[in-house]
Amino acid sequence: MAGWAIAVHGGAGVDPNLPPQRQEEAKQLLTHCLNLGISALRSGASAVDVVELVVRQLETDPIFNSGRGSALTAKGTVEMEASIMDGTKRRCGAVSGVSTVKNPVSLARLVMEKSPHSYLAFAGAEEFARQQGVEVVDNEYFITPDNVGMLKLAKEANTIMFDYRIPTEKCAGLESPVKMNGLPISVYAPETVGCVVVDSEGRCAAATSTGGLMNKMSGRIGDSPLIGAGTYACEVCGVSCTGEGEAIIRGTLAREVAAVMEYKDLGLQEAVDFVIKHRLDEGFAGLIAVSNKGEVAYGFNCNGMFRGCATENGFMEVGIWE
Amino acid sequence: MGWAIALHGGAGDIPYSLTPERRQPREEALRHCLQIGIKALNSKFTPLDVVELVVRELENIPHFNAGRGSVLTNKGTVEMEASIMDGKTMKCGAVSGLTTVVNAVSLARLVMENTPHIYLAFDGAEDFARQQGVETVDSSHFITPENIERLNQAKDANRVQIDYTQPIQNDTKNETEPPFANGDSQIGTVGCVAVDSNGNLASATSTGGLVNKMVGRIGDTPVIGAGTYANEFCAVSATGKGEAIIRGTVARDVAALMEFKGLSLKEAADIVVQERTPKGTVGLVAVSAAGEIAMPYNTTGMFRACATEDGYSEVAIWPDTKIE
Repeated sequence: MAGWAIAVHGGAGVDPNLPPQRQEEAKQLLTHCLNLGISALRSGASAVDVVELVVRQLETDPIFNSGRGSALTAKGTVEMEASIMDGTKRRCGAVSGVSTVKNPVSLARLVMEKSPHSYLAFAGAEEFARQQGVEVVDNEYFITPDNVGMLKLAKEANTIMFDYRIPTEKCAGLESPVKMNGLPISVYAPETVGCVVVDSEGRCAAATSTGGLMNKMSGRIGDSPLIGAGTYACEVCGVSCTGEGEAIIRGTLAREVAAVMEYKDLGLQEAVDFVIKHRLDEGFAGLIAVSNKGEVAYGFNCNGMFRGCATENGFMEVGIWE
Repeated sequence: MGWAIALHGGAGDIPYSLTPERRQPREEALRHCLQIGIKALNSKFTPLDVVELVVRELENIPHFNAGRGSVLTNKGTVEMEASIMDGKTMKCGAVSGLTTVVNAVSLARLVMENTPHIYLAFDGAEDFARQQGVETVDSSHFITPENIERLNQAKDANRVQIDYTQPIQNDTKNETEPPFANGDSQIGTVGCVAVDSNGNLASATSTGGLVNKMVGRIGDTPVIGAGTYANEFCAVSATGKGEAIIRGTVARDVAALMEFKGLSLKEAADIVVQERTPKGTVGLVAVSAAGEIAMPYNTTGMFRACATEDGYSEVAIWPDTKIE
């Protein structure tokens, strides 16, 4: 029987000028999360429990764009979303527009397990949260000074674009050459955190959580809560994606990895490579994946992805760049 | 090869005993919408324009679960959602949680074309609608007496279940819906897929969702790859139990089977509906780049219609009885 495997990510599309200290902090958090997951796996926890546990940790720590530390909407508020999927029976749960729930991934899990639905959003999701008695806080809890600063820069970047009367997506007048999701990468908060796990029984699971796009319109939903786009798990694999929301949705990226494994008999790494190479056109994205055979893989076509992976046979790696 | 179009008004437990008073207006509506689509295709509208046009028409008809005639949430309100996808460019747009927008599918198209985003929901979507100046009305416009009745029945059914201390729908992940006194199906959606003579494809889907749904519940309809999908191979619009369609990534799977296993449209659609989703939960309409049409469903019936440029057309509800 193949052993367990786990991968985590903290977002694709990294500013090449990210200060070394920030890079170090990020790598430490990724290592910490991997260890949390590994510990749980060694105690026999199920894949879906482990992905929830790890993503909760990523949400709680303000370094990445989810939970505390989420990117801000154009109004300066936080609207979080998350999804979780249990590969065994392809059960799934998702939430969007969550503004007071401390751990959106756990609310997504409750939607999966305690409601008759798969996806709840905005006021309805908040109401469900209260019914379920999950931990809620003021919206300010999630807002960090860093992100307040980034929002300001993002608005300025957009203002420059509007001054030149160029549509948001097609800015020519900006200095930063690297852009993601329509924003120069220096003000782009890498979006999303995620975790994929295959446990010692070969069960796969995946979870993804995010604050979304910096300066997004209130009400904007990205790929993270969309099953098949940002998150997917089935008997064969578990996948979590990050990057340009539009590209991930159009490419139904997470489902794609599983589809080429199921329908074209590709192995995990081949499937990941295929999807990154052929399914993204001009879009930028990254993803992490595990298979029911205990393998782990990741891929990205953009400038860096915060990630870590580990397998039962002792392999462990944390990285940012190629 | 000519154009082809297919549309649906929802799959579900549509009883054979449906009375003429309930059946005929729906058949008439399907025929009417089909004609609109045929006319548009003959006038060389793009498939994207055609699917939007037809779905707008379906939304305006109170007999189907979308726009006017949408089913109600557990609070008696309406929350509409829709999505649209252009197979040629793979651009897409989606909206959820609309309460005043007359044509959700058109707002979805505006999200696709006028914003850097794909999907807007609830207050943000309503704000956007106002910014864009689309037609909005008081929410009561969408509510019909039939749907108030459906909601009451659903609540009664749930109450009965609670009395027997069965969890409400705990195994709604048992997925089949309880039949109702007047035989009305709880579920339904509207959608349209079209392909022009150059093989360009498009799909659009719109709905009021699930009767007695929790406020804030989002189904498969606005989820690209679940309820709606279009690429260079085919265009698909699904209907049925949202939760099953999401898990099954139904619309995307039809296209994936064609692309990765070389199956025909019909084979791919049949496999997805008959083998990959639980019985009683799904129906879909699909067209391929080659102009083929498939309209499989694993429920009792599906309100549907289709036509091809060579003059073939069909309006139907159940498997054996075609109306024309």
